[in-house]
Amino acid sequence: MLMRKSDVFLIYLAINIILIFLMFTHASLKERAKMGSLKEKIEMVRKLELTDLCLFTEANYTRHLSQADLHTPFQDSPTSLEHFPSGSLLAPPESLRKINEKVD
Amino acid sequence: MRKWIERQRNILDFTLSSLLRRKRKNIALISVYTLVVFFLASVVFFTHSIKKEASILLKASPEMIIQRLVAGRHELIPMSYIDKIREIRGVSSVKGRLWGYYYDPITGANYTLIVPEGGQLNSGKITIGEGISRTRLVFEGDTMEFRTYDGALIELEIKNRISSESELISSDLILISRDDFRRLFGTPKGYATDLTLQVKNPRELSTIAIKIAELLPDTRQILRDEILRTYDAVFNWRGGILVVILLGALLAFIIFAWDKASGLSSEERREIGILKAIGWETSDVILMKFWEGMVVSLSSFLAGIILAYIHVFFASSMLFEPVLKGWAVLYPQFKLTPFIDASQVAALFFITVFPYTVATIIPSWRAATVDPDSVMRT
Repeated sequence: MLMRKSDVFLIYLAINIILIFLMFTHASLKERAKMGSLKEKIEMVRKLELTDLCLFTEANYTRHLSQADLHTPFQDSPTSLEHFPSGSLLAPPESLRKINEKVD
Repeated sequence: MRKWIERQRNILDFTLSSLLRRKRKNIALISVYTLVVFFLASVVFFTHSIKKEASILLKASPEMIIQRLVAGRHELIPMSYIDKIREIRGVSSVKGRLWGYYYDPITGANYTLIVPEGGQLNSGKITIGEGISRTRLVFEGDTMEFRTYDGALIELEIKNRISSESELISSDLILISRDDFRRLFGTPKGYATDLTLQVKNPRELSTIAIKIAELLPDTRQILRDEILRTYDAVFNWRGGILVVILLGALLAFIIFAWDKASGLSSEERREIGILKAIGWETSDVILMKFWEGMVVSLSSFLAGIILAYIHVFFASSMLFEPVLKGWAVLYPQFKLTPFIDASQVAALFFITVFPYTVATIIPSWRAATVDPDSVMRT
């Protein structure tokens, strides 16, 4: 006997919903399993006094984003524009965006 | 209730048959829709997990970092500053950090060299991150050559490799002894790269930072809170390429919704006219269109979300890799911890499924309320 089209669709939906449920279960199990390695990493950050994630190694101000200095927008000369690709992915660090006083 | 369910199933059967009559168009629509949801969900999962991991890890970073600036650039800081800072009430400890960058001409990669506190390393030995080992093809027991500031060559033996589990923080690290660091970069004794500071009461941090700024005007203070906030905004939706991706997705949805809301095709209008002529109520037509919207958007949404999860947490976000790599030679290979919650999925659902379904119903309601005779004649 041929299945009704609605049955096929509802089975497809059910499979997807089960997969979404499994996705959450996997995420929660993985989170618990990775707690040990997270603790190790926290210890490493504390011991080595690290300040940044190793996400982009192409420029010093994207490797150590939080340590970027006031020269960051002009790495090579006062008129040189930001040219590293990762610079276009990241927002500038909080410490450089700090407004000390309203100018206008 | 049984009757209600049967009615829905009958309408769903009819809707699916109607969609299958325009198979090519609808398969193309569902594919593009799935792709848009996939990209949006991948960005959401990736950025949220990175931010969450950063917030957990960087809570252990120093409470305050003090750097000396000369003409806007970071300069070496005299260790004599430590004594001045120690005199400030509330400061519990101040230490000098030695760290820097080394450009390796063999691979063209930049490494981060750090002198670990406590002198765990003997002179002549180094510990390297997994990224360096992979890029340079060096392992425990091998030696690496470094050119010092005055052009001399020194060889350092690899004692250990840092576990690949921690690549997100250590991929490009080289842990080196204090003596070797000074020999390599010519950093004079009595100077450090910067200072780290611990306070007795964390609530006094900003007051102490102000006192240091007054006492040592050539320094700047970076608080741990600022580091955390920097990484909280690291892939901000307003920043850089993310806004381009989001704008692309938004435009795609506007086109979808515009296509639906601007009216139905003559074939669809004729179908509605015939249905009304054979006795379908306006509510039945709207119900059919509601199911049509749901079939397209829900199928695409669920498939898009599942594919995004696989992409980010099983395939290490391979489609984002070329963008994230940039010009970097040494790129960390990390597997993110899947920090996801129902609110992210719910937000994606409301951004993607809800507008499409609404945009499907409105023009159908307009078509379903006019006279079937005139609809069929157009």
